[in-house]
Amino acid sequence: MSIKIINEKCTGCTLCVGVCPFAAIKVVDKKAVIDLDKCTLCGACIEECKFDAIVLTKISPSEIDFSKKIEGHKDVWVFCEQKNAVIQSISYELLGKGRELADLLGVDLCGILLGEGMKDEAKKVIHRGANKVYYVDSPKLKHYQDEPYSKVLVRLIKEYRPEVVLCGATSIGRSLISRVAIGIHAGLTADCTGLDIDREKRLLLQTRPAFGGNIMATIVCPNHWPQMATVRHKVMKEAEVNNHHKGKVIERGFDEEVYSSRTKLLDIVEEIEETVNLTEADIVVSGGRGLQKAENFKLVEDLAKVIGGAVGASRASVDAGWKSYSHQVGQTGKTVCPKIYIACGISGQIQHLVGMQSSDIIVAINKDPHAPIFNVATYGIVGDLFEILPELTEQFKVALKK
Amino acid sequence: MNIIVCIKQVPDTTEVRIDPETNTLIRSGVRCIINPFDMYAIEEGLRLKDKFEARVTVITMGPPQAEEALREAISLGADEAILVSDRLFAGSDTWATSYTLSKAIQKIKDYSLVICGKQAIDGDTAQVGPGISAHLDIPQITYVKKIEEMCFNSTENGERSESRATHSRDSYIKAERMTEEGYEIIESPLPCLITVVKEINEPRLPSLKGKMKAKSAGIKKWEAKDLDVDPDLIGLNGSPTKVVKIFTPPPRKGGQILQGDPEEVSEKLVDLLKGEIP
Repeated sequence: MSIKIINEKCTGCTLCVGVCPFAAIKVVDKKAVIDLDKCTLCGACIEECKFDAIVLTKISPSEIDFSKKIEGHKDVWVFCEQKNAVIQSISYELLGKGRELADLLGVDLCGILLGEGMKDEAKKVIHRGANKVYYVDSPKLKHYQDEPYSKVLVRLIKEYRPEVVLCGATSIGRSLISRVAIGIHAGLTADCTGLDIDREKRLLLQTRPAFGGNIMATIVCPNHWPQMATVRHKVMKEAEVNNHHKGKVIERGFDEEVYSSRTKLLDIVEEIEETVNLTEADIVVSGGRGLQKAENFKLVEDLAKVIGGAVGASRASVDAGWKSYSHQVGQTGKTVCPKIYIACGISGQIQHLVGMQSSDIIVAINKDPHAPIFNVATYGIVGDLFEILPELTEQFKVALKK
Repeated sequence: MNIIVCIKQVPDTTEVRIDPETNTLIRSGVRCIINPFDMYAIEEGLRLKDKFEARVTVITMGPPQAEEALREAISLGADEAILVSDRLFAGSDTWATSYTLSKAIQKIKDYSLVICGKQAIDGDTAQVGPGISAHLDIPQITYVKKIEEMCFNSTENGERSESRATHSRDSYIKAERMTEEGYEIIESPLPCLITVVKEINEPRLPSLKGKMKAKSAGIKKWEAKDLDVDPDLIGLNGSPTKVVKIFTPPPRKGGQILQGDPEEVSEKLVDLLKGEIP
């Protein structure tokens, strides 16, 4: 990729200078000049230019030279994450999308499952649309560990040569797949929110947010196979269960060395949360500075309990010590995209918005009518949350008969 | 003991505001900062420095201006800073970036711990940390929220092999790794790479003495020719991923403001949402 200014079109208006996040543009003799040492090709200036005077030369899929052969690579793989021998819902979301991609490519959808004593659980992957499951059983694979998991996955990929590998953008998936990609020199796109196929070139079109969601980028891996992507939780729809769907569970074993790990997992501590896992929740109720003190978080928790939601918190309330860091939603916390997000007393700074703005329905309750949170809210309530929250909780209790 | 902290310079999004008209970000005049997660990485390195009399080397790959970020790290207390910068590195994706950084770390040779922030706030990939450890073939612990124990025994005879880091049987780190449900306690021999989350510490502010030191500190600059890199594996050439399209997502529009007293608005909201609640 490269960027250049078309001098004939540039009027020296300096609009681009102002938007460049890297201060890479100067106007010299009434023409914009880009300092390529500073430019990261983010494209912000291109959108801003009213005269189409800045061009980013991108590689279009049709210009890509296929130097390495795709031959021998086929099938779409989904890494099926498990915890305590239960396949996690993210895996079913990936199988839903994976089926679509496999059909577009005209290949099989395969699930990859590593664990201990999970042969029956492996059938669930078939019932969610997979044609095959490669299952590796070992006591050493009972719990996720970086080294054995990445070594097994690299072995499987080298042996069966998939065309596409999908993995959840979770604490397991992100640690695992980054290691795997290095070993096989494959391209890896993180945190995709959209996946499609260029059928002619058999390319996986991977779309992901960058810059805190302000810019979307579509990425391809033209000369490396498999094409790998991690996908955010709750973005894709879960594959439906079909108990009649037929497929094969193929068991594979490896030498003990492959399962060895230099790190030792000493303990798994589950923190008892009042409610459910934040990133997996369909409903999240979050509290912010507007709650004024830690005790008032109870108002948020009560509402969350009645509507079956998880409890989130803004950075301000976490920094104040009202809620632990594991509840923090936003740039330095967690990214969530539930069906319903209710923000209580959260003003909606950009750092918070990037962590929740892809939620289906956003409800904002805030006493300041000018709070930025209302710019993204589907439903807004301007008012005193100390009056509104208890009332809302009561009414939901009645409406949902709880 | 030598500790290496990898950092990245990113645009400061806390200075970004939303344009109420277009609902897009106003980015004019945004300055560059050290990636917030890397501030926790630096702080953790400095805490270990105090505890073990370790030496902290901060390293970044980026354009020449990334030197500012390194000077800031020195002002906080880092001992040494290395800028890995070359036009040949431009266009690196996470594969090529972690390859290049791992080559720089191998050039440093003697290290026991590499610390990275869990991810950078501009790209949000969280891939470079694990990528570096895979290239170096050392163990990793990601999303570390606490170092419970660390033991460091230097090798007795001081012998060190060419490209490998300090190995000692008794040196280890025990850390808490944050997961979706809680955390795991993981032990790893050293050398090891960890990526850290916000909860691990509270970064210090630079001291006046540190600021003075940072001004005059010498910063090492390494170009491609200074590193043992394969030209086919760096920059755009070495990057398997290619960006084919960049676009602005449709802005999310503000919706409906519900009017009325608490009872009325609650009634309206319950009506609107109850069908959506399982």
